[in-house]
Amino acid sequence: MNKVFQSMRIAFRALRVNKLRSMLTMLGIIIGVGAVIAMVSIGSGAADRIKQQIASIGSNVIIIQGGSQNQGNVKTGNGNQQTLTEDDAVAIQEELASVLYASPTQNGRQQVVYQNANWQTQINGVFPDFLAIRDIKVQSGETFTMDQVRSAAKVCLLGKTVVDNLFNGEDPIGQTIRIRKIPFTVIGTLSPKGQSSQGQDQDDLIVMPISTAKKKVIGGRQNNAGTVGQIMVQAREGRTQVALQEIAGLLRQRHRLNQNDNDDFQARSLEEVAAAAEASANTTGFLLAAIASVSLVVGGIGIMNIMLVSVTERTKEIGLRQAVGAKTADILGQFLVEAVTLSLLGGVIGIILGVLSSLAISTFAGWTTLVSVPSIVAAVVFSALVGIFFGYYPARKAALLDPIEALRYE
Amino acid sequence: MAQQDSVLIRTEHLQKTYVMGDQKVHALRGVSNTIDRGSFVAIMGPSGSGKSTFMNIIGCLDKPTAGKYFLDGVDISGLNRDQLAEIRNKKIGFVFQQFNLLARTSALENVELPLLYTTDDKSKFRERAMAALESVGLGHRIDNHPSQLSGGQQQRVAIARSLICNPQLILADEPTGALDSKTSVEIMAIFQKLNQEKGMSIVVVTHEPDIAHYADRIIVFKDGHVLTDERVTQRRNAAHELENWQETQFEEQEPVA
Repeated sequence: MNKVFQSMRIAFRALRVNKLRSMLTMLGIIIGVGAVIAMVSIGSGAADRIKQQIASIGSNVIIIQGGSQNQGNVKTGNGNQQTLTEDDAVAIQEELASVLYASPTQNGRQQVVYQNANWQTQINGVFPDFLAIRDIKVQSGETFTMDQVRSAAKVCLLGKTVVDNLFNGEDPIGQTIRIRKIPFTVIGTLSPKGQSSQGQDQDDLIVMPISTAKKKVIGGRQNNAGTVGQIMVQAREGRTQVALQEIAGLLRQRHRLNQNDNDDFQARSLEEVAAAAEASANTTGFLLAAIASVSLVVGGIGIMNIMLVSVTERTKEIGLRQAVGAKTADILGQFLVEAVTLSLLGGVIGIILGVLSSLAISTFAGWTTLVSVPSIVAAVVFSALVGIFFGYYPARKAALLDPIEALRYE
Repeated sequence: MAQQDSVLIRTEHLQKTYVMGDQKVHALRGVSNTIDRGSFVAIMGPSGSGKSTFMNIIGCLDKPTAGKYFLDGVDISGLNRDQLAEIRNKKIGFVFQQFNLLARTSALENVELPLLYTTDDKSKFRERAMAALESVGLGHRIDNHPSQLSGGQQQRVAIARSLICNPQLILADEPTGALDSKTSVEIMAIFQKLNQEKGMSIVVVTHEPDIAHYADRIIVFKDGHVLTDERVTQRRNAAHELENWQETQFEEQEPVA
């Protein structure tokens, strides 16, 4: 270890002697490391944004749909069979330890009227917990209660897009809007969530008690009043897989399915979708980094070049060191440490440059960037490796010089 | 065995042949010689006589093509690169014509250089280098870089460097070749002092007969053989000459035959 520090001191001295040259040599590594750090930060920034968007749908969310129908071997898609009920949702929430919230949903599109303005939007008939599952906050006013669900109260909460289109700057709270000519009282507005990762407007919606929605707004299937379209579930953190199994077990029991019967419902976790999207963003980031790392290799070649020049210039010094007792390993070590010092120093400057440029990118281009610690560690390790790899040949050349000829060199 | 002890260097039929293209150059054609401990030998000869090759071999920088070389009783001819480096480090101190100091490095650090390749106690390095510099009369210039020192001072730093590992032998290749006459005498005075006071064995290669006469024995090479090998009868005393130094002296000073 002592020897390494000693060599490092010699190396620093040698590098100080040719400041400009050392700087220019490091430039390749600086640009390479800087570019890799910046590119990876763009990639992980994108991945992070996708993660946030998925989280805006709600984290640990499971969606349960009715199963497919099989009529004379003609199978319909999932959700066509009205097998789920509000009671299923209540049972899932109350009986399963892995579940935080469960809410049935019944959706439909309707024209909404306020005075002389009108707008078609998505009506979500739900339990109050729906807002928690989807991570939607109430911006003003308040949400409805389970009592209002039971009494099918004609109240609703509006998304930002609906507010913008119906109320021209007016405060919507307490106002009455009409859906299918039935008056509803606006009791609250929802915080904006922006676009989903698929580009959908997540603020174009109205939320109301599911009972009200089914009775007054979304027609049809009156004969089967207890059924619902979907059940949205939020599992406890990290217990999504357990929740999926428990839900399947509970629903099979509640729906009295025999062992040989297929599920008459389908439960999916949104996590899997999220993981796929995140992976694709990461791949993009790594692809960018791979392209940027080409300049690291070029930088390494620059180091090799300068080290070869340095070995030639210092032939006489090498000869002297050999004459006074330096062994092959001593000379090899000295020049390797010099090359690694160059590349590591370049790497450190490159990291600073990379972090600064990723800050600049997020400031001026408005992209989300995320400088990760692993990418910095990787940059340091990689630049040291570049130094060793490209420094080895010149160092070996120095170590194997013939001392007599080296001493005689002018 | 007692006789073995008094002999520092023994060569037996030392041969060195270089192949240049399709020509063979015989630099040494079988040199057998011994150099005793505590002796001060000058090696002379025209260029191409084989004196440099002889120097390189006894300095463990080169290996003979045939023949044997014993330094301090150890057969050198069979050793590898790193073993030779270790012997050079421990047993031989080199002084060169062009001083070969590291530029932009202080005198003290130049003197310390051979210690970097030892396993000696690191905390004593500074102390030992100081002592070596003081022994050549440069105790007051330890922080100066070579460019701030005169030629004679640089050569003294180089001598201090050659002494730092307490070698058995100091090999000086044209040590006064780049110095004026007074400085040359000063350098030779240091060598004579080391030889007489510390019993250090010294071998000096030179082409100047008057420098050779500071030694007690002169070996002259020619065409790869030893031409003459004689004791110096009228040996010069550098310290004595310096005491009576006059600038005109070198006019009168004819080489002693």
